[in-house]
Amino acid sequence: MNAPLWPMRGGITPPPNKQQSNAAPIRFAGIPPELIFPLSQRHSAAIPVVATGQQVLKGELIARAGDEFGAPLHASSSGEIIAIETRAIAHETAHTSRCIVLRTDGNDSWRERYPIVDFAQVDATQLIERIRHAGVIGAGGAGFPAARKLIGDKNQPQSISTLIINGAECEPYITADDRLMRERAHEIVQGIRVLQQILQPQKTLFGIEDEQADALTAMRAATIGTDIHVVAVPTLYPTGGEGQLIQVLTGNEVPAAGNPADIGVLCFNVGTAAAIYRAVVLDEPMLSRIVTISGRACSHNGNFEVLIGTPLPALLAQAGYNAAINTTLIAGGAMMGLPLKTADIPITKTSHCFIAGTAEEFPQLPAAQACIRCGYCSEVCPAALLPQQLYAHARAGNDLQLHAHHLFDCIECGACDFICPSHIPLAQQFRDAKHELRVLAFEQLQAPIAKQRFIAHQARTARQQQERELSRQQRLRNTAGLEPEAVPQPDTSTPAAEDNKKAAIQAAIARAKAKKAGAPQRPADDQHKP
Amino acid sequence: MTRPLKKMLPQTHSGASVSDVMMWVLLAMLPGIAAQTYFFGWGTLLNIFLCGLGCVACEVFALHLRGRDIRTGVMDLSALITAVLLGITLPSGATWWIPLLGSAFAILLGKHAYGGLGQNVFNPAMAGYVFLLLSFPLAMTQWPAPLGTNTIDGTTMATALHVVRENQSLLMADLWQRQPLMGSWGGRGWEWVNIGFLAGGLLLLHRKIFSWHAPLAMLATLAFCSAIFYDNGSSASGGSPTFHLFSGATMVGAFFILTEPVTSPTTTRGRLIAGVLVGALTYLLRHASSYPDGVAFAILLMNFTAPLLDQYTQPRALGHTRKTLRNKVKSDD
Repeated sequence: MNAPLWPMRGGITPPPNKQQSNAAPIRFAGIPPELIFPLSQRHSAAIPVVATGQQVLKGELIARAGDEFGAPLHASSSGEIIAIETRAIAHETAHTSRCIVLRTDGNDSWRERYPIVDFAQVDATQLIERIRHAGVIGAGGAGFPAARKLIGDKNQPQSISTLIINGAECEPYITADDRLMRERAHEIVQGIRVLQQILQPQKTLFGIEDEQADALTAMRAATIGTDIHVVAVPTLYPTGGEGQLIQVLTGNEVPAAGNPADIGVLCFNVGTAAAIYRAVVLDEPMLSRIVTISGRACSHNGNFEVLIGTPLPALLAQAGYNAAINTTLIAGGAMMGLPLKTADIPITKTSHCFIAGTAEEFPQLPAAQACIRCGYCSEVCPAALLPQQLYAHARAGNDLQLHAHHLFDCIECGACDFICPSHIPLAQQFRDAKHELRVLAFEQLQAPIAKQRFIAHQARTARQQQERELSRQQRLRNTAGLEPEAVPQPDTSTPAAEDNKKAAIQAAIARAKAKKAGAPQRPADDQHKP
Repeated sequence: MTRPLKKMLPQTHSGASVSDVMMWVLLAMLPGIAAQTYFFGWGTLLNIFLCGLGCVACEVFALHLRGRDIRTGVMDLSALITAVLLGITLPSGATWWIPLLGSAFAILLGKHAYGGLGQNVFNPAMAGYVFLLLSFPLAMTQWPAPLGTNTIDGTTMATALHVVRENQSLLMADLWQRQPLMGSWGGRGWEWVNIGFLAGGLLLLHRKIFSWHAPLAMLATLAFCSAIFYDNGSSASGGSPTFHLFSGATMVGAFFILTEPVTSPTTTRGRLIAGVLVGALTYLLRHASSYPDGVAFAILLMNFTAPLLDQYTQPRALGHTRKTLRNKVKSDD
């Protein structure tokens, strides 16, 4: 059965480059000698619950979530924790993170598992707890914890009408979901049934791009007799964006400041569905994922089932990586991926693709020219923005206009970059502008706090000055011949010259005391300034 | 917070380039130029050649002064487009320094004084044309008689648009019979020039170089206005819609000047409004002003409004309602 489709706004058709990696079946990447687990997550850092030297089993908890938007980490193989230290990672805003380092023993021995054979008998809240404890996060790339998505802000299963499964892998080069759907359709379907059990949606739509014919066939076959409707959606970038797929499948737009749940929709990636199946039914935490290795600098491209924490060099080596001809190394797809400065990073739960490209494959793009306002960018923008205007306002630093032109509705898909005849790095510009506005908003939030601190500081300085003045008068009285009470007097009588010397010493002691009591003294010439 | 890494996404590109776009525009002007050369003589090509020389020389000079990369600046072909557009507006047989002076004004003051490509407020070619028209009105309004008017070669005269405006006594039908400057339905010769530019414009539309909104809005408005004031072909008539559509600079204006992206609105609704404005103003200026044509002034006047139109014709962004959009614009003013 085919549901009606609605048109998506904008979109482009970049060369898909899927054939490089989608021919071979998924291979297991093996157990590397060392596994690295970065602790930094979306908003917080995970908190280690293991110590250096501790032996862990496969599936054992090694770090718990730092906050509700984080997810716990589990040992993806058995071995010994050898360090908790700073290592390089792939992230858009950071180069390093604290990481738990695990030396594997090669036995891959599991902790005890408690499978649920019939999840239909289990309460929704319990299923969600199981997903949370398994550390399942969105496999599509954003890495939002699946359990948090299922409960929303109300701490109970979200009430929705439509469950959407995202199998529209629209980014060039990436074929991880494609292979997963072709080879493990059963796992995905079981995962979807768990989601249906939790959410009780009226309908379930499964969107797959119409050019992924094999995946469509496999999923259609696997969903016979279920109420999951597999829908072929037009191949257009970025159909696989959450808001875009929802628009294509339901005709509704996700409100700008809201979530899909606001219009009764939740959207999960196929990889997430498969991970949920493993977590709930098999009691396996999120320990591995499918990663595409593509690009012409690798001779054996394809998809690998990789243990979370596997160092990228170990994975690349299995794909026949030739560092000598590799000029561009990208984490992610060719549209939204992150160019890496080093290959020395670990695979995380959100790594879905690495492209090792050659100079011929990723030629140096021409330098950016002036914007001629042709408006091609606004024609392809899936969010119906005006990138040409945003660009001008971003360059002018016009924050109000950036808000008025909905900068924060930009999904950074890069369609505008792709089409721009002047080769302007638009998405990069928008990402920078967003970052600056966020920093500004953060600073504005801090301003009242800083003001309070300043007032307190002024009061303190005034008090200290008063105290110093008092002690100065005290000293004057001392030198005038009065005996200070605090300092004991020597019992022998002394000449007048000796007396003067002593008074000077005492004055120095008093000064030092005053100094110790208060904040560090400022230079004298600074004291009259506020 | 640390700053994001530099130059990340995307790593792939459609291959579109400014010079490709400009090359298509240049190609699409060929039929119109050919027709104009046929009817008004080799002077047309000479004008274009002199303008090309002048514009590229001034572009190189300005880029050098501004310390910009000369190769990139010239290779984007924008100066050549200005040259061709200016060249075809000049009467065939104009004195040699007129195209050169116009080019200098267009490129140096019309374009680079504002900051070069993408920054100019007015269409450089139109700025150059209007500068020449105001400075040398006589030289700029004496066109050679179009081919087929049975006059001695080299005679210069006004254009069909001028004839219709100045007409006080004749019915349109009589005017058509008596006046050698009138063609089959537009101005003699001009009707074919307009067909040439229309063909080129349609090619560019087909290639999706620009959108249909502005040209269609302009042509429809011009036809609408002339239909209203046609007055059944009386002596007070302003000329028929077909006459206005196929005379003077109508088609070149609609498809090659109005669609110049830098100086016109960039939103779809803005382009529609700009087209309507230019269409109405063109008719008004043709009917009531003393200049030979209204397209150039109409477009320059529209150029003023482009930033404002852009500001108030933002499309509804995904996930926004019209109401939230309007409130936001208002609160940010």
